Amino acid sequence: MTQDSIVRRITDFASRADPYPVYRELRGTPVLHEEEGGPYVISSYWDIEALLHDPRISSDAANLAAAGDDVLLQSEETGGLPPSFLRLDPPEHDRLRRMANSAFGPPHRPRRIDGMRGELREIVTGLIDGFGDARGIDLVDQFAYPFPVTVICRLLGVPREDEPRFRAWVDPLVASLDPGTRQGADEEFARTAREARMQLGMYLAGLAEERAKEPRDDLLSDLVNSRGPDGAMTMMEVLSTSVLLLIAGHETTVNLITNGMLTLLRHPDVLERLRHEPELAPRLVEELLRYEPPVQLVPQRTCITDIEVRGVTIPKGSRIWLVLAAGNRDPERFKDPERFDPDREDIQHLGFGSGIHICFGAPLARLETQIALTELARRLENPRLVQDPPPYRENAVLRGPRHLEITFDGVRP
Amino acid sequence: MAVEDMDRLRRTGRIAIVGASLAGLRAAETLRAEGFAGELTLIGDEPYEPYDRPPLSKAVLLGRADPHRTELPRRRDIDAKWRLGTAATGLDLTAGRVRLSDGDEVEYDRLLIATGVRARPWPKESEARLDGVFLLRTRDDAAGLHQRLRAGPRRVFVIGAGFAGCEVASACREQGIEVTVAERAGAPLVGALGGVVGAVAAELMHEHGVDLRIRVTVTALEGDAAGRVRAVHLSDESVVEADVVVVSLGSQRNTEWLNGSGLGAGPRGIACDAGCRAFDFRGIVTDDVFVAGDVARSPHALFEYQFLSLEHWGNAVAQAETAAHNMICDGTDRRPHLWMPAFWSSQFGVNIKSVGVPPMGEELMITQGSTAERRFVGVYGHKGRVVAAVSFDNTRWLEFYQRAIERGAPFPVEYPTLDRRPENRRPVPADFPDPSLPTHGPMVTLSGYSPADTQLVFHPARH
Repeated sequence: MTQDSIVRRITDFASRADPYPVYRELRGTPVLHEEEGGPYVISSYWDIEALLHDPRISSDAANLAAAGDDVLLQSEETGGLPPSFLRLDPPEHDRLRRMANSAFGPPHRPRRIDGMRGELREIVTGLIDGFGDARGIDLVDQFAYPFPVTVICRLLGVPREDEPRFRAWVDPLVASLDPGTRQGADEEFARTAREARMQLGMYLAGLAEERAKEPRDDLLSDLVNSRGPDGAMTMMEVLSTSVLLLIAGHETTVNLITNGMLTLLRHPDVLERLRHEPELAPRLVEELLRYEPPVQLVPQRTCITDIEVRGVTIPKGSRIWLVLAAGNRDPERFKDPERFDPDREDIQHLGFGSGIHICFGAPLARLETQIALTELARRLENPRLVQDPPPYRENAVLRGPRHLEITFDGVRP
Repeated sequence: MAVEDMDRLRRTGRIAIVGASLAGLRAAETLRAEGFAGELTLIGDEPYEPYDRPPLSKAVLLGRADPHRTELPRRRDIDAKWRLGTAATGLDLTAGRVRLSDGDEVEYDRLLIATGVRARPWPKESEARLDGVFLLRTRDDAAGLHQRLRAGPRRVFVIGAGFAGCEVASACREQGIEVTVAERAGAPLVGALGGVVGAVAAELMHEHGVDLRIRVTVTALEGDAAGRVRAVHLSDESVVEADVVVVSLGSQRNTEWLNGSGLGAGPRGIACDAGCRAFDFRGIVTDDVFVAGDVARSPHALFEYQFLSLEHWGNAVAQAETAAHNMICDGTDRRPHLWMPAFWSSQFGVNIKSVGVPPMGEELMITQGSTAERRFVGVYGHKGRVVAAVSFDNTRWLEFYQRAIERGAPFPVEYPTLDRRPENRRPVPADFPDPSLPTHGPMVTLSGYSPADTQLVFHPARH
């Protein structure tokens, strides 16, 4: 890959604070394929949308022609955890996702998420109260990270105090999802990620066994004890599903909340409006999912046959990247796409993906972010950014600030 | 029309909308949204403000929604004169006047007809009047039926296994009520989806404890001395005792009030062009009368310009918006109604959704999943092209197939797809009944009536 290739610049850390100029350039070549063996990069809204619903597109790494560098595929061969439903195709995907959903949402559990509303508000209130007399905080460490972690721990049934333990396994796993790091991919790196996934799985296995004996009101208990029309999950399926839910359940929300506050601080008029009009929150969060999506691109798809996109043939087994964040700012789809506009009426964004793999936790992520931003706007007096842009995390896929230093004049009750 | 005339129409013109349901309301909202500032009158024969009908055969029968609280959400203030509880009884095309049942007349510069359909009644009036015999179209119908279901009938008998009939049967079983369904064709839903998919629907019914009787017709409804229905007589000479009967024989278009008006209106609806302008009976398009929703029949470029009647919720909305736009626009600013037909149903725990025009398809191919598992996508082909798709609990793939229809993609589907089963590599006959034979009435009817038809004698419809 040449030094100045577009793909290189997407993954390059220098683009992290503002990747949107690169995406704009990327959209100039709707199907970008820069070199042999490299990914086919799709960046226009309608093409991404179409491929997310295309039954010739697979999420199963086994369908990749060159699967050598895929952490998850190798893990299977080495006796690790099987892939989660995120990396499976129908019918296995459908069966596992249905079973997971029967523990999580309607029709079986219509109130599980909505019923957490009060609890979410309490956690948020506690965290903001915890700012004490400080006039400056790191929003990531003191709010945007602890909030969704606490929520997913309670929902799943993982002890909150174990966070430092599982953190050590989550970090290398999340890093392995970043195609940037994979480029220099050495076997060492892949092995670390595989082992982290195994360790996390083993840690959750201990909890799952406890829940099998003594079920509680949490997701893990429901997954272990599910006996629906689809039968029961095997222990390995329970583990790969709960690893997925634990990681996806907070890694993305941290970024959504942090990106949200950053965006509001860059648009003080909107922040002020939210303070007076909390009912703006749902639409504001949808616009945020368009404007600064926490998952920037989906790098793990491939095609099970040659397909044609805009006259370009993508050969069977090619790696396909769907750059959601570029599609979300496609001027062919959204008017004035570079503008953050919470009053936008036409807001069918790709922030949660679409099709059968559409974000499983979307209802929870929405609710968490709505409550978080509303409360921050309401309680912080005159909040300001200390550093713009803030320092970013390495990851090009799960993009967000590593820290977000803010100051304010006080905390309202 | 000269520019200044269109300006005047938009500022001070008079628009009447006959039919105050989904299409009528959405058209009124679109007119205002697009800047129509003149006088707007909404005429509806039901006494209620526009309400939503899909819940009436689902959530309402299950007691999860109040039949009197399914008002359609309002998108904007429409500042209209409402004439609810007043039916339109006649139309004078030359004078531009609608006659109302109370003797009033409403003058218009532009008219939108959105009178929709009604449930086809049981043909024998004395039997139809028996206590316990229901139709299901209006909220009053749904409220009455729900009340009976709550009282715990011994058995409900549903005549006709179209979508509405199947949904009623599903709601009964979900509440533990015994139900018999009689269908003249070989399976439920055959008119809309064909025999192959109909067989899946039949299995679903059996699994959920429905007593399904196929290839039979109901010959008589028997009442007791008090005038309550007590039994249903079938063409195979069997008799089924039931204390509630739901007549679900499809629909009839509300066009009788147009008899003699000179419009091309009849039992198959009102023919209009793709811009929603009504044809008169000579086949000449009018310029001030527009049609939208269930009552309209318009040519569709994607489906060989056949005239389609679509009793679909989404069609009513899209066509109303197009009609409203065209009513206050000239020539090149007008838009065609090119909506992709789509409908959904939920029954026996399964979400059924379809895009395109399944009854046009001669062949069917299960491209994903399996009918045995009740989770699949089926694709319909006609003359080597994909013309429709149906999904059972697989809605999220349908956008792909919709695009295939829009592009005239080849049929059979030769390329591999996720979860294609080995037994489904070849298409099979879709098995639609001969359209010339009466069934309960499919949701889509195809007919060859065309604007080129120059027949000049108009025979009023006999309903």
